[in-house]
Amino acid sequence: MSPLVFANNAPTLAERCKDAAGIALIALLLGIPMIGLTTADQGGSLQVLTRWPLLGAFVAAAFCGRLALRYGLDMLKQRRQTRDREAAARPGKRGVRSIRILELTGWLAFGIALVLPILFSDNRYVVDTATTVLIYVMLGWGLNVVVGLAGLLDLGHAAFYAVGAYAYALLSTQFGWGFWTALPVAGLTAAVFGLALGWPSLRLRGDYLAIVTLGFGEIIRVVLTNWTDLSGGPNGISSIPRPTFFGLPFVPSSDTGTFASFFGLEFSPMHRIIFLYYVILLLSLLTNVLVKRLRRLPIGRAWEAMREDEIACKALGMNITNVKLSAFALGAMLGGVAGVFFAARQGFISPESFTFNESAIILAIVVLGGMGSQLGVVLASVVLVLLPELGRDFAEYRMLLFGAAMILIMVWRPGGILSHREPTLRHQPAGEQA
Amino acid sequence: MMLQLSGVHAHYGHIHALRGIDLSVQVGEVVTLIGANGAGKSTLLMSLFGQPRVSAGRIVFDNEDITRLPTHVIARRDISLVPEGRRIFPRMTVLENLQMGAVMADPDNLHVDLKRMYALFPILEERLEQRAGTLSGGEQQMLAIARALMARPKLLLLDEPSLGLAPLYIKKIFQTIRELNEDHGMTILLIEQNAHHALRAAHRGYVMQHGQITMTGTGRDLLASAEVRAAYLEGGHAAA
Repeated sequence: MSPLVFANNAPTLAERCKDAAGIALIALLLGIPMIGLTTADQGGSLQVLTRWPLLGAFVAAAFCGRLALRYGLDMLKQRRQTRDREAAARPGKRGVRSIRILELTGWLAFGIALVLPILFSDNRYVVDTATTVLIYVMLGWGLNVVVGLAGLLDLGHAAFYAVGAYAYALLSTQFGWGFWTALPVAGLTAAVFGLALGWPSLRLRGDYLAIVTLGFGEIIRVVLTNWTDLSGGPNGISSIPRPTFFGLPFVPSSDTGTFASFFGLEFSPMHRIIFLYYVILLLSLLTNVLVKRLRRLPIGRAWEAMREDEIACKALGMNITNVKLSAFALGAMLGGVAGVFFAARQGFISPESFTFNESAIILAIVVLGGMGSQLGVVLASVVLVLLPELGRDFAEYRMLLFGAAMILIMVWRPGGILSHREPTLRHQPAGEQA
Repeated sequence: MMLQLSGVHAHYGHIHALRGIDLSVQVGEVVTLIGANGAGKSTLLMSLFGQPRVSAGRIVFDNEDITRLPTHVIARRDISLVPEGRRIFPRMTVLENLQMGAVMADPDNLHVDLKRMYALFPILEERLEQRAGTLSGGEQQMLAIARALMARPKLLLLDEPSLGLAPLYIKKIFQTIRELNEDHGMTILLIEQNAHHALRAAHRGYVMQHGQITMTGTGRDLLASAEVRAAYLEGGHAAA
């Protein structure tokens, strides 16, 4: 220990006991009626019995539990403080090392994503779940532009997801458009909706913006539910065509040839599942490259600077209107593209899939991952999709577990899983200027 | 003439914040505007950028009427503002902050301009990769000034650069202001509550009260003036 001891950091044993005794007292007061006294049926009449030993055990448990919890939390706090102090003392070294680790993790995740369907080619459940994870990664990356980079709190991201999905569903079922032709059009449609949301809310920030975006998300969902002529109302749109492999459908047999017959394979429904997986993997990788590039361009830096201080940006001559609208449009477009994929994969969509719950999960992914961190979004998506899946064994306690896990993550890492922000500009020693 | 305000009025809702301001800054001058809290000093500076938009009067910068131009267009002219409270980008590195200052400038000048800033503020070069939010208040103020200078302005506007700084840093900031003006010919409009330092550094000064200019003169004359001394320099409370 250093000779400097912070008074508030290390409570004495007496203080800890006092704190725990307080909790034990509350436990005792609550416990007397709830545990200490009980009723029993004795010979037809109801009698009050006492259970003092049980109450004693309860109070003792509360005392010890509180001691242990307090001690654990203090330890955690102290460790974090020491770490922060060390990090502040030598900023450079730790930064470089952690960036290496992050880069390595990123490539590792990419490698796993690439070979996963090959390793599990006979396990539909795994590939399906992985596809779901990737959809959320894509949605998270889209929202990350708006929330993480530009700092605009958006609680209605599911609206753009819905716009993309419905745009594809309508284009394909009504006009016979294919997946790849509808993809950019639906993406642009979502972007236009992004502008429609961004324009009236330009002057809003923080909580106020959150309320407007929340309302926007609900408007889209309510319109989709009630405009039966366009969207089929609550019944949704069904038999949406699945994507084809350059025109070759994934069906057992067809006049014009199928994926299986073209490659001389035996038909298997897994082909389509794996194909869909690679489609969303490709889309998300493109998204990643796009956002990574943009971050290094003036527009990306402008987003981040606007998140940091809007007034300073204005003083530097930035057109805040354009910066905000571009963030909304890009985020919405990426959400729309994810929506197109979702519609094509499910073959059926209805307003049920685009509730506020969905927006909240996407936002949770961004916040949990660490605002602005691309890799953080991936990790958070894996956690948020897998937790409920793994929790299936716990039946009705599933959501309880899910909530507890989220709280634990936020206690453990208040800034998100990866809160480190990688600078977009590096100092180059003299002689090697770019 | 670098900057000329004539008969400028501005409102915040019902509050009449600027009541007919006449103010000018000549090329190569350091001009200071002093006054108590709420006199309208910062409002005057912000109204140059159209926030709030002036309700009457004319603002001419570098022979161009900028009264009605959009904010970002005015900010792209050769005019840079060091905002009150520094307003650096805390989660971005020092280098990124400096680069943001040159966001509208010619990228070819970036490295030359960075070198100039390192010469002016050596401490910034040592802290390049550090997050700006971890700098001390004085260092942040230097960063804010350097960021504004990265745009190669002809006129530098400083809004209370000494606010909340340690005496040593206040000295350093005013030293920098003098250096910029004398060695680099920078024209500066300085808003301050620290009247003593400000008037000593300035060629000319204006005193502002309740949205109006009540006195003007050379820095030395104002420093010597009994009214200014009573109101701003000796902790006295002269009648408004």
